[in-house]
Amino acid sequence: MNPHDDERMRQLLHHALPPISELEPTRDLWPALLRKLDVHPAIPSWIDWALVAGLIVFAACAPASVPVLLYYL
Amino acid sequence: MWDGESNVLDEFRRGNVDAFESLFRLHQRAVYAWIMKIVRNPAAAEDVTIETFWRIHRAHARFQPSRGFEGWARSIATHAALDWLRGHRRESEDFAEQATELAANAISDPAISSEIRRKTAQAFARLPPRLRITATLAVVEERPHKEVAEALGISVAAVKVRVFRALRRLRKDLQQQGITP
Repeated sequence: MNPHDDERMRQLLHHALPPISELEPTRDLWPALLRKLDVHPAIPSWIDWALVAGLIVFAACAPASVPVLLYYL
Repeated sequence: MWDGESNVLDEFRRGNVDAFESLFRLHQRAVYAWIMKIVRNPAAAEDVTIETFWRIHRAHARFQPSRGFEGWARSIATHAALDWLRGHRRESEDFAEQATELAANAISDPAISSEIRRKTAQAFARLPPRLRITATLAVVEERPHKEVAEALGISVAAVKVRVFRALRRLRKDLQQQGITP
């Protein structure tokens, strides 16, 4: 390929693939990135609170079970 | 929030998410623009930008603040975009259509028909990804060879060789379709 051919190919490419002008994302990408990173602060769900409440009630009703529960924790 | 850029970089290196967010806000536009030049598809560029910053976050402990964030991020973005090109090689038709649409909006030589432009874009999409990415940056976007070499992690001589090979393959492909560039 001689320099003239090379130049023609470059010109053809410029016409086929013009410079990109859309150079900004259409949305804020941070939330999606956070999801991917999975670094959201851990907010306990209602199920977690229900389990804790259940455990407290169980421990209050059967105090003898507390050492057993602590052993398995 | 941060005393200076070096402080942000140090904190980012330690894994501080707030520092990472500051760097993300500061550099996301430049990273997106760089990726967009390679993948030439807005939706894909957004996905690859997210992938890039995810990789950046994973690699935070290996970051060397003395070398600067921009070049490091650009190198990671280039490799993420290269991976995207490797995974989407079969989408040459879509690429050609998008390129033809963009070309229709741009000022173009009337002597070069839209059919030739479309076939050129298709042939370009068929190039091996490592040749395609090099030609995109060095020829289409006219980035300096040194910058392309740093982004790809290769020498300037290797960039020139890849550009030469890419143009030669492109020419052969077009000749096989009856187009003499």
